[in-house]
Amino acid sequence: MREIQGSDVVEAVAAMCIKANTELPQDVRNKFEQAMAEETSPSAKEVLRQLLENADLSKNTKLPLCQDCGLAVFYVEVGDDCKVVGGNLRELINEGVRKGYGDGFLRKSACDPLTRANTGDGTPAIIHFDMVPGDKLKIAYMAKGGGAENMSRVTMLAPAQGWEGIKKFVVNRVAEAGPNPCPPTVIGVGIGGTFEHAAKIAKKGLLRELDDTHPDPDVAAREKELEDAINRLGIGPMGLGGKTTVLGVKITMEPCHLASLPLAVNVQCHSQRHEEVVL
Amino acid sequence: MAEYTLNTPLTDEDIEQLKAGDVVFLNGIIYSARDAAHKKLFELLDAGKELPFDLQGSAIYYVGPSPAPPGRPIGAAGPTTSYRMDTYAPRLHSLGMKASIGKGKRSDEVKGAMQEHKGVYFGATGGAGALLSNSIEESTVIAFDELGPEAIREMKVKNFPLLVINDCHGGELYVKPNLEAALEEG
Repeated sequence: MREIQGSDVVEAVAAMCIKANTELPQDVRNKFEQAMAEETSPSAKEVLRQLLENADLSKNTKLPLCQDCGLAVFYVEVGDDCKVVGGNLRELINEGVRKGYGDGFLRKSACDPLTRANTGDGTPAIIHFDMVPGDKLKIAYMAKGGGAENMSRVTMLAPAQGWEGIKKFVVNRVAEAGPNPCPPTVIGVGIGGTFEHAAKIAKKGLLRELDDTHPDPDVAAREKELEDAINRLGIGPMGLGGKTTVLGVKITMEPCHLASLPLAVNVQCHSQRHEEVVL
Repeated sequence: MAEYTLNTPLTDEDIEQLKAGDVVFLNGIIYSARDAAHKKLFELLDAGKELPFDLQGSAIYYVGPSPAPPGRPIGAAGPTTSYRMDTYAPRLHSLGMKASIGKGKRSDEVKGAMQEHKGVYFGATGGAGALLSNSIEESTVIAFDELGPEAIREMKVKNFPLLVINDCHGGELYVKPNLEAALEEG
């Protein structure tokens, strides 16, 4: 059984929180540049230009890309043959969040849902654990801002609604969200599982690289179909019109109950802030 | 599309000339307030008490900045989504607020209030928090310190870059999504 030091978990998590909030991922930067070349609308170009300038500034000054440094969301894969020593893994991750959000001058946005009292340190993080073969610990972090998250939805379709129903729901959701979630967005689509599982896998898809291709060619084609459909909405960067409404659509599918067709749409803002580490 | 440089407090004349799509560089004092701060402002109004700042000609920025690192007046400071303040904005416009600054759609009630009371809704680029903070020269918490990122701040801005999204003549810049084109057989 391989041992992983708890202090390494804390340090890695803190570093990921700071890096993801201050450095625009390269795949996102590439997409911004590509979109700028393709856009003809001056306002669309100007928004993208500002976002690129913002990214350069953040990298140089270490100011966060966005004031909303998100709720800290983690997808953690724990290898069967490794063991974290020196603390409980959930607590260690929360400790890393406290450190990263504190040291990095990141905004702490976690609060009581009713009194709205801020917890003060960005915790508790939302953590999804998964057991996998091997002796490695993989921790993926996502900064999930409120503006985009609020535009997300879960629905239970009837099986007969099928792909056409899914497509209609996703496109309508993005249309309804309009300029609110900071387009061009990234859309995570979870199909199948149960009510809560659909939401979990929809969000997990947002950890993928923007320019990757789904390993299943049928799913890859559906991602492309949704991406093209959403871009035909013409919402454009910040809702000012243009060809780039979405930077990518990531579908995750799993089997579901024969009576059900769960569907989740998780909306992520343009900067797609995420990082991962393998210990 | 015209370009203007305006100073706060804003006047009826300032607002009347603006059309959706115009670019505005704002100078002067603006106030931050978002969800929790608006709730508290309304508690003061309902109790007949004074507000922590003068609403006349004011511009309210829907922002909850990240903490200021050493040597900077403020952290990242981009706009938050405005619709959550839609229940509050009409009354504030009726009491003298001239402009709100945020991102995203406004309700028909807010648009109506802007037409009635000569108000404007400015959009700032969402997610450009580091860039926008460069136009904020000073920032002081003036009320509700206990709200942390949601406290009310008096901020001195210079050439704060804004777009007119909704003007006082009923004009709107946001595009209407083309659902028909999106759902056609591609």
